[in-house]
Amino acid sequence: MNKREFLKDVILFFPAAGVMQALACQAAGEEMSASATVPYDPSQHWYGMGVDVDKCIGCNRCVEACKAENGVPDEPYYFRTWIERYTIHADGEVNVECISTKTPEQRLAEQNQPIDPGVLRTFFVPKLCNQCANPPCVQVCPVGATFQTRDGVVLVDEKRCIGCRYCIQACPYGARYLNPHTRTADKCTFCYHRVTKGLQPACVEVCPTEARIFGDLKARADRLVRFERENEIGVLKPDLNTEPKVLYAKLDGEVR
Amino acid sequence: MKVPEQLTRLGAVIAVIVAVVLLLRFVVLPESMFSAQPHQAATVVREAARPGRYAGMDACRDCHSDEYGTKLAGAHRGIGCENCHGPAAAHVANKDDETVTPPKHREREFCLGCHGFVASRPDGFPQVVAQEHNVRKRCVACHDAHDPVPDEPPKSCDGCHGRIARIKALSAHSQLACTECHQVAEQHLLKPRTALPTKPDAREACAGCHDPASTEPAAARSRVDFSSHGRTYVCWQCHYAHLPEGPK
Amino acid sequence: MSGADPSALYEQLAHQLSQVTGFIYPNEIETHWSILIVVYPYLTGIVAGAFILASLVKVFNVVEVQPIYRLALLTALSFMLIAGMPLQLHLGHPERAFEIFMTPQPTSAMAMFGFVYLWYLLGILLIEVWLEYRQQLVLMAREAKGPRRMLYRALSLYSDDVSPQAVAWDHKASKIVTVVGIPSAFLLHGYVGFIFGSIKANPWWGSVLMPIVFLMSAIVSGIAMVMLVYMVLSLLRNEKLDMRCLDKVGLFLLVAIIVDFALEALDYIHRIYQSEESIKILGELVSVKLFNSLVVMQVALGMLLPMLILALVRSRRINEDMRKLLYFLSVLLIELGIFSMRWNVVIGGQLYSKSFRGLMAYKMELTGLESLLTALVLLSLPFIILTVLFYLLPPRWMDRRVASAA
Repeated sequence: MNKREFLKDVILFFPAAGVMQALACQAAGEEMSASATVPYDPSQHWYGMGVDVDKCIGCNRCVEACKAENGVPDEPYYFRTWIERYTIHADGEVNVECISTKTPEQRLAEQNQPIDPGVLRTFFVPKLCNQCANPPCVQVCPVGATFQTRDGVVLVDEKRCIGCRYCIQACPYGARYLNPHTRTADKCTFCYHRVTKGLQPACVEVCPTEARIFGDLKARADRLVRFERENEIGVLKPDLNTEPKVLYAKLDGEVR
Repeated sequence: MKVPEQLTRLGAVIAVIVAVVLLLRFVVLPESMFSAQPHQAATVVREAARPGRYAGMDACRDCHSDEYGTKLAGAHRGIGCENCHGPAAAHVANKDDETVTPPKHREREFCLGCHGFVASRPDGFPQVVAQEHNVRKRCVACHDAHDPVPDEPPKSCDGCHGRIARIKALSAHSQLACTECHQVAEQHLLKPRTALPTKPDAREACAGCHDPASTEPAAARSRVDFSSHGRTYVCWQCHYAHLPEGPK
Repeated sequence: MSGADPSALYEQLAHQLSQVTGFIYPNEIETHWSILIVVYPYLTGIVAGAFILASLVKVFNVVEVQPIYRLALLTALSFMLIAGMPLQLHLGHPERAFEIFMTPQPTSAMAMFGFVYLWYLLGILLIEVWLEYRQQLVLMAREAKGPRRMLYRALSLYSDDVSPQAVAWDHKASKIVTVVGIPSAFLLHGYVGFIFGSIKANPWWGSVLMPIVFLMSAIVSGIAMVMLVYMVLSLLRNEKLDMRCLDKVGLFLLVAIIVDFALEALDYIHRIYQSEESIKILGELVSVKLFNSLVVMQVALGMLLPMLILALVRSRRINEDMRKLLYFLSVLLIELGIFSMRWNVVIGGQLYSKSFRGLMAYKMELTGLESLLTALVLLSLPFIILTVLFYLLPPRWMDRRVASAA
């Protein structure tokens, strides 16, 4: 890829080149040269996400943006993030459905349903890879193709993944899938190519109600750190000790 | 003791295999082939270098400062431009190329995606019933997408509190106006979060109809002795005021 | 493989989507471990079980089983050679499979299994077979001519000493290898069980008992397979079966089934008694999706019925022909039952959602890479290899030589 094409495709609002150089130097174990503009040091960051369940309107824009940004197949069998809808009835019955597997036309057609007085609570919950601090998927990968970066993001090396699918089985949250084109495991990367340049992940970028908050758990003044102070935080499946870094506020106990 | 001949044969084969493996591992082949670390580091660089398709809201500001400024003051201020206009990084890189100009969605279905009534949407989020709200008009005819609040404030509470309104419509309190119990300042209709409606704070709020001494005919079958019934609680700690008969 | 047109896959997934009941995480629609991953523990199980049967002769001196000692070893070897193939075929990138040996992740059970497999094949099985056959290979080499002679000379590693002391040394060494081989066999198949048992995300798999249950059912299937091969071989050669041997193996098989049944029953009783969160969906899984393959095939026909038959054979005086028939029926049922058990574990674990709120389906292709056809081919390959091994290393060549010399 020549430089012109590179610049055409990459967002340039932050010194991307400096970031690339910094990461490449890290890779080679060398010292940063003095000419780098913004030294990106992964060890200074520990990324996480906050989700305010009360704010999600289930518009599914985050799912569409993620698919567009990351080249996820359009088919409803592959999701790096998705939205679930919970309906809890007074008689104890809990209905859950995934609205992201539906087409926009189907979602429109299901609007304005007659109200059911037996429903106690109903809400939307965004789901994504929890970028666990103690990831079971990393533990089981036979070749070390999936790993945790120093800034807290779990990535997959698509050039070395052998496609054994062990990590997909080991993920308790259903966050992983096998990319049908590369035949390797794939999942949410917190839009690593964006966050290392100071941008937000695509899903956070398009969320209309600030239901999704991206942040750096190591920073002093950070939206996510304030979120941790303001809210009672819940995580998914805490008993499995995966130490998820997607922090939910107002998480209903029925959410799995 | 004589070493059995077959042992020397077997031992030789095993020794050769082990020697070849050890040689390959520690002498011939480079160490990097046996470590995942350099590959992981290369992956970090590769992932970070991926091209993006979303430019981020600030990218639009320089050329579209009017709309940007309008939006910043309005109810859609928190929504990124690309939420409605789609990914724009290609447009930012090549502003004259019409094949990558972000679309402007003017059809009703687009706005209804967020604003159509769905019971699971949070309370306070403005929603309309598509089949009832200005059916033959496009949304943008009355609502500027960058500053969507119309000149006329909403006439009923149903628009933002649709779920509550619909539940109440099924209940014994269906004939009660919202304002019967909640005092709503006009400011609430213009900037909702700056002036919240009041909620009743004492049992006397319900006593007006439900006290035995009351003459309200609609509540004739639900009188209760306020001096003894649930003495330490306020009524709505047990009775959901929007559906007092309870869920079925 | 990469970039191949996935439209056939999408069609399959669309069909599976229509079979979903309740709620599943959207990525769960694809059944990731297919029929090939059912075949793989079935094959390694037979390896471990056949070897344990052989070890009964070598280490525990059960002389009645001596006639099928070599048969058991060759069965173990031929199944071992094929055991890696279903894994290789299943990978998204089979050309990268060697990376498991180059950059193994020590925390990954699958990576460590690669080394256990290599150790068992090279360090135990091949050496054991060689020690057992060395004398015969040397003698066959002396009597053969041309390319066959070259082959046997090479197989014997150019050894030439067949004096009584040398042969005695062979037997002693073989015993030592078997002693090391028993825990190695336990490790081999226990590890496969651990690959499933260590997954905390999936309560159908993630259980402490999983490695033990896998191992025990492996022993059952291995013993039954050797018995089956022995009976079929005798039929094909029109030879008399050694009933003393068969009865003894039948006894070990009965004991193994009883232990296996007890362990599996314990697993189910424990789950039902503890009644953790997953019990509801797992109960639905068994009653809706796995009823035929688990309750009927695995338990009733695959374990209880053979157990009854084998117990009957031991408790009553039954004539020889009837016994043979009953043994044959039992081992057939057992093999089907153990295969069902692998199916119920591997596929069963992927038929319910990790949200515990829904059930999915698995649409097995009839032809294609991960299809029924491939599975059947893989299951028949060990028998083809066994035939070749019988031809190269006739198990009773020494016996016939001794008999003709006498």
